Amino acid sequence: MISATVKVDRREFLMGAAVGATGLVIGFYLPNRIEARGAAEAAAAPFAPNAWIRIGTDDTVTLVIDKSEMGQGVVTSLSMLIADELECDWQKIRTVFAPAAKEYANPVFGIQGTGGSTSVRGMWTPLRKAGAQAREMLIAAAAEKWSVDKALCRAENSQVIHTQTKERLSYGSLAEAARKLPAPSDVKLKDPKQFRIVGKEMKRLDSADKTCGRTEFGIDVRQPGMLHAVVARCPVIGGKVASFNADKAKAVRGVKQAVQISSGVAVVADNTWSAMQGRNALEIKWEEGPNASLTSAAIRRMLEEGASKPGGAVARKEGDVTAGFRSAAKKIEAVYETPFLAHATMEPMNCAAHVRADGCDVWAPTQFQGVNQMTAAKIAGLKPEQVNIHTTYLGGGFGRRAEQDFVIEAVEISRAAGVPVQVTWSREDDMQHDFYRPASYSRFEAGLDAEGWPVAWSNRIACPSIMSRFFPGSVKNGLDESSVEGAADLPYAIPNIFVDYQLTETGIPVGFWRSVGHSQNAFFSECFLDELAAASGKDPYEFRRRLLQKAPRHLGVLELAATKAGWGEALPAGRYRGIAVLSSFGSYVAEVAEVSVDKKSGEVRVHRVVGAVDCGRTVNPLTIEAQMQSGIVFGLTAALKGAITINKGRVEQANFDDYQMLRMAEMPKIEVHIVASDQPSSGIGEPGTPPIAPAVCNAIFAATKKRIRRLPIRPEELV
Amino acid sequence: MAIQFTLNGEARSVDVDPQMPLLWVLRDTLNLTGTKFGCGMALCGACTVHIDGEATRSCITPVSEVAGKTVTTIEGLSADVGHPVQKAWIELDVPQCGYCQSGQIMSAAALLARKPRPGDAEIDDAMSGNICRCGTYQRIREAIHRAAQMHAAPAQQDASPEKKTKKPGETATMAPVEPASVGAGAGGAE
Repeated sequence: MISATVKVDRREFLMGAAVGATGLVIGFYLPNRIEARGAAEAAAAPFAPNAWIRIGTDDTVTLVIDKSEMGQGVVTSLSMLIADELECDWQKIRTVFAPAAKEYANPVFGIQGTGGSTSVRGMWTPLRKAGAQAREMLIAAAAEKWSVDKALCRAENSQVIHTQTKERLSYGSLAEAARKLPAPSDVKLKDPKQFRIVGKEMKRLDSADKTCGRTEFGIDVRQPGMLHAVVARCPVIGGKVASFNADKAKAVRGVKQAVQISSGVAVVADNTWSAMQGRNALEIKWEEGPNASLTSAAIRRMLEEGASKPGGAVARKEGDVTAGFRSAAKKIEAVYETPFLAHATMEPMNCAAHVRADGCDVWAPTQFQGVNQMTAAKIAGLKPEQVNIHTTYLGGGFGRRAEQDFVIEAVEISRAAGVPVQVTWSREDDMQHDFYRPASYSRFEAGLDAEGWPVAWSNRIACPSIMSRFFPGSVKNGLDESSVEGAADLPYAIPNIFVDYQLTETGIPVGFWRSVGHSQNAFFSECFLDELAAASGKDPYEFRRRLLQKAPRHLGVLELAATKAGWGEALPAGRYRGIAVLSSFGSYVAEVAEVSVDKKSGEVRVHRVVGAVDCGRTVNPLTIEAQMQSGIVFGLTAALKGAITINKGRVEQANFDDYQMLRMAEMPKIEVHIVASDQPSSGIGEPGTPPIAPAVCNAIFAATKKRIRRLPIRPEELV
Repeated sequence: MAIQFTLNGEARSVDVDPQMPLLWVLRDTLNLTGTKFGCGMALCGACTVHIDGEATRSCITPVSEVAGKTVTTIEGLSADVGHPVQKAWIELDVPQCGYCQSGQIMSAAALLARKPRPGDAEIDDAMSGNICRCGTYQRIREAIHRAAQMHAAPAQQDASPEKKTKKPGETATMAPVEPASVGAGAGGAE
């Protein structure tokens, strides 16, 4: 690949109204906005050439991270993109999280937020340009000081070097001069061969703080005069407060007040525990609303009917499935189901807010700053620009923190209390008032020819829609693409394919859950495809290989995972393998699971998982490995244990005793293999999750000849 | 009635409801937020602290129970991230979101104080009360082995005053040891 010279639009780099203004204005615009979080750094940072870089006279390089760090490693990976072009000293990097501002809109969404495994994909070019632009300005400043041509200067390790005299000037000593220079209109980006940080195993920048309790998560925000709140919400989803009496709550030591807000009754106290005790003492009459008699069985019937009705939104139509079935020698049918799932981030939902007459501060572990700002402004009766969103570290996100409910509560309570208030959700609140991964129902029919190769594939899916609430404009003709992703894009060479979707609302709120529709559709498609392989008497790996001949990146990870796992080779007695492959978020992942099933108890043990990933050009191999491990554990936990069930409109699970998590003793050995690629970098936060459930279920079939068609895996069905 | 105890080496006195769990006293009364709230029922281990050297879930421990005792939180485990467990965590790039890691580290430190060279089964046993939703278990296991090595290696060679035979319950006094080499073999992808 040759070096790219990229035209830089000044507007991309300069702060809004500062376009055309002097360097001085540019230099101080951003620091002022960030001052609330890091006054000292801001004051020492005269050189702020764009939205992401500030360099202090003390050589400190402060990088502004405009994506939310929820474990996926963006503080490190985004810093790597900037630092490689900036040629700065990695040891001197500090990071701050960006305020909510239009400069930080996610290029994929058009609004500031983190999700869809978009961070590296979206920021690959803008952050490299930002780094290169700052580097060129520092080089120009040095050239000016030495009165030489810029071509005689180069940058290295936070210094500009005079290539003839070997003199050096530190970035800090050049910061004042660089600030006064015009931003270059075009900058040359490195040839990937010149990368010295991108592609290398870089340790996380946030580990030290995270190992000594110093990292500030949302729940750790402490402000002068701040009170703590918890909210009593209607146990029936969609219910409301009819009336309440807070006399006993107010008598609890430490309780200051109780106030009705849109989601329930908030109890405000001088500490969280007192607020919880006060909440226990509230007397509330609920108006239970339309879900008062809703059950999981009724929801299952709704979905079953949906997937049986004709006239769904067509998600994919290729060839003629009716003709395909007519020509088939054999027909296979199956129905697959998945339950609602909670996110269960380790840090329960929380948010702190301080509403004043002239402004509002919100401290939030959030994935969606752009919407938070508008939401808070509306409640507080302010303009969006009067609301400062302070993003903290997130104790897990998984899509849950793209929602607004926790922010709405904090702003409403602070507005009523007139002081800074932090609302904290208990684990039970968090589990019972989530926006759940949709329950889904998938009806399959397939036809095989005389040799056992598929000639027709029909898949009818019914599930609630996330997008019809979240981005209603994106749902066209009843098709929510997030409900069929991982199903409609079936990569196998089958001549006749039909996939349709019945948008089926159930009354249970649904939201983005790590890998979204792929999380259930990979299980459906990859298990049903395995059924076809079994029905045709073919090896499930070889069956996929043959059908993926025209899908080279799927094939690449499939073959890599199978080879590394020793597919076809002997296993210890009682162990069996299963395989699955899926593309999501621009990346390709195949996983081979090694499983044993206890003959007496039916208990499933996953011993080893071999994952192969092609996520384009590698930014940080350590992060890719960690995210593959993480995605696999997330998906495996759901496959083995996860189900949110509904009775009388209430979520039946409440805490980690009845909504269980995979624990250390159940952890399989996970091996991750990365496909070397010069394709554009693609997502890594989510793609590891979808293939694990089908890989494990296909291994269970190999072990028991029993098909798991309904998650979670139930040991009693395997004996 | 004020309740008195030793917290991270300092005498502390708090005047709160004696039933208030230690977790909330630490977090809300004393603003020591490194100890995390995860479940409130001793199911996840995020709130793990050491009470007289024992790994204990602070979310179900009424503060009255620590009167006269010694409490160590993640903030007091070492000066400047110097505990072998912390060093191993950084070396092997263990944390992801990091929220559970205070509790994981406190459990691991208590394990190593009790069992300087634990096997995998002992690690599983000691650590299975700590949930990590990011799935860092594999690196945690490697890091515990690494911390055990770090702790053991200098103890054989080093005659510094910190060298001593550990007894159960001496977690907080575990010697801050320099790792032989930081940066080698970071559990990397192949």
